[in-house]
Amino acid sequence: MGVVHGHCRSGIDPLIMGNLRRIFLISVPYGWLLLLFLIPFAIVLKISLSDAALAIPPYAPRLEAGSGLKGVWDLLTRFDLENFVFLTQDSLYWKAYLSSVWIALVSVVFTLLVGYPIAYGMARASDEWRPTLMMLVILPFWTSFLIRVYAWIGILGTNGYLNQVLLWSGLISEPLVILNTNLAVYIGIVYTYLPFMVLPIYATLEKLDHDLLEAAEDLGCSRLQAFWLITVPLSRPGVIAGCFLVFIPVVGEFVIPSLLGGSKTLMIGKVLWDEFFSNRDWPLASAVAVILLLILIIPIVLFQRQQQRQQEAEQ
Amino acid sequence: MRRFTWFNATSLTLGFVFLYLPILILMIYSFNSSKLVTVWAGFSTKWYGELLQNEAFMDAALVTLQVGLISSTIATLLGTMAAYVLVRGGRFMGRTLFSGMIYAPLVVPDVITGLSLLLLFISMGLDRGVTTIVLAHATFSMCYVSVVVSSRLVSFDRSLEEAALDLGCTPFDAFRSVTLPIIAPAVISGWLLAFTLSLDDLVIASFASGPSATTLPMKIFSAVRLGVSPEINALSTILIGIVTVGVVTSSIMTKRAAVRRKRQERAAEAQA
Repeated sequence: MGVVHGHCRSGIDPLIMGNLRRIFLISVPYGWLLLLFLIPFAIVLKISLSDAALAIPPYAPRLEAGSGLKGVWDLLTRFDLENFVFLTQDSLYWKAYLSSVWIALVSVVFTLLVGYPIAYGMARASDEWRPTLMMLVILPFWTSFLIRVYAWIGILGTNGYLNQVLLWSGLISEPLVILNTNLAVYIGIVYTYLPFMVLPIYATLEKLDHDLLEAAEDLGCSRLQAFWLITVPLSRPGVIAGCFLVFIPVVGEFVIPSLLGGSKTLMIGKVLWDEFFSNRDWPLASAVAVILLLILIIPIVLFQRQQQRQQEAEQ
Repeated sequence: MRRFTWFNATSLTLGFVFLYLPILILMIYSFNSSKLVTVWAGFSTKWYGELLQNEAFMDAALVTLQVGLISSTIATLLGTMAAYVLVRGGRFMGRTLFSGMIYAPLVVPDVITGLSLLLLFISMGLDRGVTTIVLAHATFSMCYVSVVVSSRLVSFDRSLEEAALDLGCTPFDAFRSVTLPIIAPAVISGWLLAFTLSLDDLVIASFASGPSATTLPMKIFSAVRLGVSPEINALSTILIGIVTVGVVTSSIMTKRAAVRRKRQERAAEAQA
């Protein structure tokens, strides 16, 4: 066996071996992603152009095996944009898109307002404290997202801890209604997405050259002026990255609006879920997904450009 | 000169109170003897006992663990390969599409990923259950792994690999004895990330699974929709405890390893 094996190895040109290995290395992850990432999107696109039907799976037309080229042609000619037309006609959908984008924008502002001072404080802490502070910011990110959202249900409810404290302190006489409103959704988003905002800002603030601040103060700037004229502009790449990292996933968020939001909270991720699981309208759910992706492509491309520019600037 | 002002101290304190108080309250009330979660009625561990006897939760925990272990291992293998191809692979046909497919799952909303995978599984005629959840989780986790591993591959000195090849190693031996030990910390943290992502995922698992398999997040989600319950608090406390111990130990270990490496480097310098 050993001899044969050795013979085989020496028999194959090492260059060919290297190429074979390279082809194997490339094709395995490539094939996996094609099959489980790209093709599924093609299927979503295909089904979004189909009609809902009382069948299993509940859409038509479907490509019948063995129908050949004629079958493909039949399939193509029966596709239409009906679902997309429906999305524009029913105000529920475009309202849900608009309100998702709006909620994401407002959340970005809140997260920035809460996150920037934390990142700033971390960057100014002494060297021995910084790793601990970093870990304290990252640790919640490792604990379950669902549990962190759930923790707020007990706090914000009518009989929740927050109302108990406020009633006890005499600040309010009637319990506040926060749970199942948009306010609760904002709190949940700021809470769960805070690390995504803090970490990139911290990364830029940490590298900041403190001689610049001293120079500014020597030249007569007040501390606040120096902060505004030097620290803020230099931390801009981190702020932009943090804003994108919060905005993009929040637009499609499902867990937070469904646990903390109320009947008035409209978010497209939840609409898609209900359309699929409750109404079982697969073609319509697919159309909702296609439009959501189109909306997100703009910020995703902008984000990637910004990251590239950032990398080039650092090199 | 950095100045740590009162403003910095206050914002850090408030920030960390905001981050940790909700979790802390949740954990404290898991030891509440009352069924009403918001009213304290004395210390008790009875919810932990009830949780352990709740077979539905235990089954879901087993499914989740199984899915997490298998999917994160597949994701680590595929993700490391993908990272190697991206950083060392040079040019090949469809490289742009490949790197696009690596980065896209990081930003595509879960509802879309879940929906598209479900439609794929149905059109392939796969029975939905543990296998399909594993496939789904491995797919999105491999992208995270490859991002973590490729950042390590980019930063390491390629001449070490070349030296090994010059000294007569086969490419595989060079990878095993030079590259792998250097990128090992990144591979391990990639695996850990993939594992926690899998344990954490609700949306994609809900789409990818059938009636035969329920994961823990799915179980928690359906229970939580009905309101707060002390059993869920107990379960959350256990999960948070495990994660905290894991993260703290692994970060202490990496810190120790870094200190040791520095000491060795210094010793080597002193000898030279």
